[in-house]
Amino acid sequence: MELLSPLVPILIIVIKSGVAIFALVTAFAYAVWIERRVMARMQSRIGPNRAGPFGLLQPLADAVKVLLKEEIIPQDAKVPIYLLAPAVSLVPALLSFAVVPIGPEIEILGQKITLYLADLNVGVLYVFALASVGVYGIVLAGWSSGSKYSFLGALRSSAQMLSYELPLGLSVVGALMLAGTLSLVQLVEAQKNAWFILLQPLGFLIFIVSAVAEVNRAPFDLPEAETELVAGYHTEYTSIKWAFFYMAEYINMIVVSSIAVTLFFGGWQGPFFPPAVWYFLKVAAFIFLFIWLRATLPRLRYDRLMQFGWKILLPLSLVNIIATAAIMVWQG
Amino acid sequence: MEAFFWVVAIPATVSAVGVVMMRDTVYSALLLVVHLLAVAVLFVLLNAQLIAAVQVVVYAGAIMVLFLFVIMMLGLGRGEGVKEKLPLQRPVALLFGGAMAILLGVVMSQTTIQPVAGALTPGDVLAMGGNTQVVGRLLFSDYLLAFEVTSILLLVAIIGAVVLAKRRL
Repeated sequence: MELLSPLVPILIIVIKSGVAIFALVTAFAYAVWIERRVMARMQSRIGPNRAGPFGLLQPLADAVKVLLKEEIIPQDAKVPIYLLAPAVSLVPALLSFAVVPIGPEIEILGQKITLYLADLNVGVLYVFALASVGVYGIVLAGWSSGSKYSFLGALRSSAQMLSYELPLGLSVVGALMLAGTLSLVQLVEAQKNAWFILLQPLGFLIFIVSAVAEVNRAPFDLPEAETELVAGYHTEYTSIKWAFFYMAEYINMIVVSSIAVTLFFGGWQGPFFPPAVWYFLKVAAFIFLFIWLRATLPRLRYDRLMQFGWKILLPLSLVNIIATAAIMVWQG
Repeated sequence: MEAFFWVVAIPATVSAVGVVMMRDTVYSALLLVVHLLAVAVLFVLLNAQLIAAVQVVVYAGAIMVLFLFVIMMLGLGRGEGVKEKLPLQRPVALLFGGAMAILLGVVMSQTTIQPVAGALTPGDVLAMGGNTQVVGRLLFSDYLLAFEVTSILLLVAIIGAVVLAKRRL
C-alpha cells in the first residue's frame, strides 16, 4: 500500500476524468430527449414516448440506430481531414468541462477530492481557447466534404463564431474584474454574498446572447440553416461521425450553461440542497432556456446577425467594461 | 517535466517542417495550427499559463481561422501550378541554409553564456497571486509606456485596414 500511495492522485484524476466524460455523454443523450419532449409540448405535439416510460429509453434506441447506419465517404472528400473533423469538434468540447467546479471539496475514503478536474489560474481563458479551437472542426468538416452546401455552412459558421467570440469574451470581463480572478473556483467563492447577475445584468445579457450564437443554436443556427443549406457543414456526414457533431453541439451547450452559472449565478452555491444539486438545477434551467428559445424564435438573416454582433453587442460590452471600471474606482 | 518537453518539442518541430514542405496550402495552414498549439504546451511547461492561453486564443483560434478562411475562399488549395521564378533558388538555398545550420551548431556547442534567470521564480509568482496577476501588474506598472504604445500601433493598424477595405465610406 505504501508503495502505491504516490499513484493515488493520478488514479483519482483518471477516475474523475472518466466519470466526467461518462456524465457529459449521458447528459447529452438526455438533453436531446428533453429537447424533443419539451419542444413537442411547445408545438402541441407529443414527442417520442414509445421506448420505455415517457420515452426515456429513446436515447438508447437512437444511439443503436446511429451506430448501425451505413458509413458513407463522399467521392470528393479529402479523406484524412474528413475523418479528423468530427473529433476536432468533439474533443475541445469535452476538454473544456475540466475547469468547471460542480461543488466544494468532499472527502471519500479519507481522500480529499475536489469536484473539478483542474483549478487553472487562467480558467476562463482556457474555456475560450478551447471554444476557438472547436471552430476548426466545423471549418474542416465543411471544406473536406467536397460539397457546396457544406462549404457555405462552414464559411458562415467560422465568420459567425469569430464575430461572437469577441462580445462573449468581453462580456465576462466585468464579472472577472469584480472577482479579481480568472479561476472558476475562485469566481464561485467571490459570489458568496451576491450573485454577479445582480451586479452585471448587462454583461450577463450580452453573454447569453453571444453564447447562443457561439454554440450555433437557434435563432442563430445559420451554419446549419436547413431551408437553404440542407444541413450545413455536416450535410455529407453519416453514422457515428455525424453523431460526433451532434454531441459536440450539445456538450458545448452544457459547458456554456455551466460557465454562465459559474460566472453569473453563484455556481454551486445555494441553500438547503447539496452543492452538486444546485449546480445541476441551474444548468438544467439554462438548457431549458436554450430549448425554449429554439422553439420560439425564427432564424435571423445572415447580414442582420453579423451587424447585430459587431454594431450592437461589441460596443455594448465595451461600455459595460468601462462602466464597471468607473464604478469600481468610484467606490474605491 | 523533461520527458514532457520532448513529447511536445518533436511534434512542434515536425509540424514546423511540414508547414514549408506541404504542397497543399490548406495542409500547411493546419500544420501551422498544430505547431502553435505545441508551442502553447511548451509555455505551459514553463509555468506561463497566461501566455499559453493567449497563444491559443489569438494565434491558433483567431488568426489561423482567418488564414484558413482566406485560403479556402480563394481556392488556393493546390500550389502545383506555381512556377519557380528563380531557377537557382534551390541549390543556393540549400548552400546558405546548410552554412547557417553549421554556424549555429558551432556557436551553440562553443558558447560559454549561461541562461539568465528572471527576477521571479515560479514559487514567487504563485505567492503573488498567480501568473495572470503578475503579468497584469507588470504590464500596468513597469511596462506601461510600451503597453500603451503597442495599443496605439494596433489602433492605427485597425483604422488603416478599415480605410483600405472601404475606400468609399
